[in-house]
Amino acid sequence: MAEINEIIKPENLVYAKSKVLTDNVMSYCPGCTHGVVHKLIAEVIEEMDIQEKTIGVCPVGCSVLAYNFLDIDWQQAAHGRAPAVATAVARLKPEKIVFAYQGDGDLASIGTAEIIHACNRGENMVVIFINNGIYGMTGGQMAPTTLEGMPTSTSPYGRDIKMTGHPLRITELIAQLPGTNFVTRQAAHTPASVRKCKKAIRKAFDNVAAKKGTSFIEVVSTCSSGWKLSPVKSNEWMVEHMFPFYKLGDLKDE
Amino acid sequence: MAEYRLMKGNEVIAEAAIRFGCDGYFGYPITPQSEIMETLMLRKPWEETGMVVLQAESEVAAINMVYGGAACGKKVLTSSSSPGISLKQEGITYIAGAELPCVIVNVVRGGPGLGTIQPAQSDYFQAVKGGGHGDYRLIVLAPASVQEMNDFVGLGFDLAFKYRNPVMILSDGVIGQMMEKVQLGDFKPRWTDAEIIKMHGSWATTGKTPDRKHNIITSLELDSYRQEKFNHKLTAKYKTISENEVRFEEISCEDAEYLFIAYGSSSRICQKAIELARAKGIKVGLLRPITLFPYPTKKIQSMLSKLKGILAVEMSAGQMVEDVRLAVEGKVPVEHFGRFGGVIPTPNEVVQALEEQIIKRK
Ligand SMILES: Cc1ncc(C[n+]2csc(CCOP(=O)(O)OP(=O)(O)O)c2C)c(N)n1
Ligand code: SF4
Ligand SMILES: [Mg+2]
Repeated sequence: MAEINEIIKPENLVYAKSKVLTDNVMSYCPGCTHGVVHKLIAEVIEEMDIQEKTIGVCPVGCSVLAYNFLDIDWQQAAHGRAPAVATAVARLKPEKIVFAYQGDGDLASIGTAEIIHACNRGENMVVIFINNGIYGMTGGQMAPTTLEGMPTSTSPYGRDIKMTGHPLRITELIAQLPGTNFVTRQAAHTPASVRKCKKAIRKAFDNVAAKKGTSFIEVVSTCSSGWKLSPVKSNEWMVEHMFPFYKLGDLKDE
Repeated sequence: MAEYRLMKGNEVIAEAAIRFGCDGYFGYPITPQSEIMETLMLRKPWEETGMVVLQAESEVAAINMVYGGAACGKKVLTSSSSPGISLKQEGITYIAGAELPCVIVNVVRGGPGLGTIQPAQSDYFQAVKGGGHGDYRLIVLAPASVQEMNDFVGLGFDLAFKYRNPVMILSDGVIGQMMEKVQLGDFKPRWTDAEIIKMHGSWATTGKTPDRKHNIITSLELDSYRQEKFNHKLTAKYKTISENEVRFEEISCEDAEYLFIAYGSSSRICQKAIELARAKGIKVGLLRPITLFPYPTKKIQSMLSKLKGILAVEMSAGQMVEDVRLAVEGKVPVEHFGRFGGVIPTPNEVVQALEEQIIKRK
C-alpha cells in the first residue's frame, strides 16, 4: 500500500482524463472510434478553454448519447438534421462555437440535403463525420458508404453496386463547396493517427473561432459490432479495405 | 400613438414578428404564404433588430433550424402552407418532445397531395390531432382577420414560452391573402440571454457555465418507465392548457335557437349568413373557436340546453365537426356543411344548409 501511495503523486501523472469528459460510462462497444473522437473533442475544448462557449449538436446513431459524455450544452437533432439545427445555433448565437457530430448514415444518406446546404452556405461550424461504413446503431445495415462487396445485414451477400449504387465519397463533394475552408479525412486507430486527428479537430475549432466558415472532418472509423470482427481485426480490415477507397489527408485547407 | 395600416394577412405576420422582438425566421417558399418571407427580406430586420431571416433548403431544414434556435431560448418562427407543413411534421414532434417554444404558421391550401393553391381548412386534423408521431399536442390558434394574424404572433410566443410548447397559427389562404386595416403593435426589443434565463429559467443551450449542470435538449428516453413518466408530464401540461387557455368568440348567441360553429374564414362567412338568416326570422348565432386546441368543449356544452341544432361550417370534408360531436354527445343534432378543394362557401349556401340539414330535418 505504502508503495502505491508513493507513486500516486502529481509529478508522476502521465495521463488525466479531460475535465470536459463526464464520469458517465460510455455506451460504445470496445474499440469503437466514437469514444476516441469524443475524447479528442473534449481535450480540444479544454485546451481552448471554450467549455462555456461550445454547443454540440449530436445525431441519431450510436453517438445519439454523446450528450452524456461531454460536459457541454447539447442539442440532440433528428436523424440527419444536425447541420440545419447547428445552422440556427451558429446564426442566432454567433458568439458561441457550434459543432455537429454525425455518423455516415446520418450525414451521407438521410441528411444529404442538410449537410450539402449548410456547407454550401459556409455556416460557421465544425462538422465531425464518423464514417464506419455501416449503420451501427440499428444493427449493422448497409450505409451509403458501405464498400462494394461488404456484407451487412441488408446486403448479406455483400454490397451489389448494380443494385444499390456505389459507395459515396461525400467528403470529396463537400470539398467542392466554396463555403468550406478546411476539409480533411482522418483516422484514429493508432497513436500517430490519433495525434493527427486531434490536430485536425483543433484546427477546425480554431477556424470556427476565427469565423472562417465550415470546417469538415471525416474520421474513417470501425464498427466492430456491425462488421462482426474483433476490434483489432476491425482496424486491420479498415486499413486494408477502407483506406484505399477513403484516402486519408487534407482535401482542402484554405 | 396607435399605428394603423392596410396590409395583407401574410405581410402582417412578418411585421408583427419584427415588432414583437422575434429572433429568427426560417422558411421555404410556398403559395399562398410566400409573402411572409418576402416581406421579411424586403424589411431587412437584421439591420434593425438583429433578427435572423434565412431561406432554408427545404421545410425539413427550416423546422430543424427552428429546433436549433428554440433550443437556444430564442423566439423563432417558421411559416408554410399545407404540403410544406406535412414535411415539417418530423421536426414539430421533436420540438414538442424536447418541450421547445416556437410559432409555426400554416396558411392552409386544399389537399391532399399537391392539391390546390386556393384556400381550405383541411389541415384541422393534422394541426389539432397530431400530424407527427407520438402523444403530443400543439396549441392551435385560428385567426379570422388580418388583425388577428398580427395579434396571434405575440400571443403565440407568449403561450409557447409559458408552456414550452410549439404553437401553430392555423390560418388559410383567404386570411393570408386578404387586405384589411390592422393596428400594429409597438416595437419590443429582442431578449438578451440574461433576460431569457431570468424569465424562463436556464433550460436553454446558452453555453454551460460552472454554476449549473450542462443543458441537454433532447426528446430521447431509452428507459420505458421514464418515457412513460415524461408522457404523463406532457399530458398534465396539455390538461393545464385545456383548463386555462380556451379562447372563443360568440356572435348573436343571446337568443339563438340554432348555432353555427366555425373558425377562421368560415366564421366570417357565417357572420354574413347570420344576417341573411335573421332577416328570414331564423334565430341563429355563431360560436367561433379561437383556440382549436384547446377546444371550447365546455362552452359548447353550456349552450346546448337552448339549442335545437348545430351546423359546423368548415372548408373541409368534415374535420372540426368531430370535435363538435364529441362535445355535444348526441344531445342535439349536429351536421356538417363544407365546400372544399379551394372552393369558398357563400353565405346563401350556408343558410340553405342550415335550413335543409338542421331546421327541416325530421
Ligand atoms: C427518421 C429515422 N429513420 C430511421 C431511424 C433509425 N436509425 C437510427 S440510427 C440509424 C443509422 C445510424 O447510422 P450512422 O449514422 O452511420 O451512425 P452509427 O450508429 O453508425 O454511428 C437509423 C437508420 C431513425 N431514428 N429515424
Ligand atoms: S455498434 Fe458500432 S458504431 Fe455503435 S458503438 Fe458499437 S462499434 Fe461503435
Ligand atoms: Mg455509421
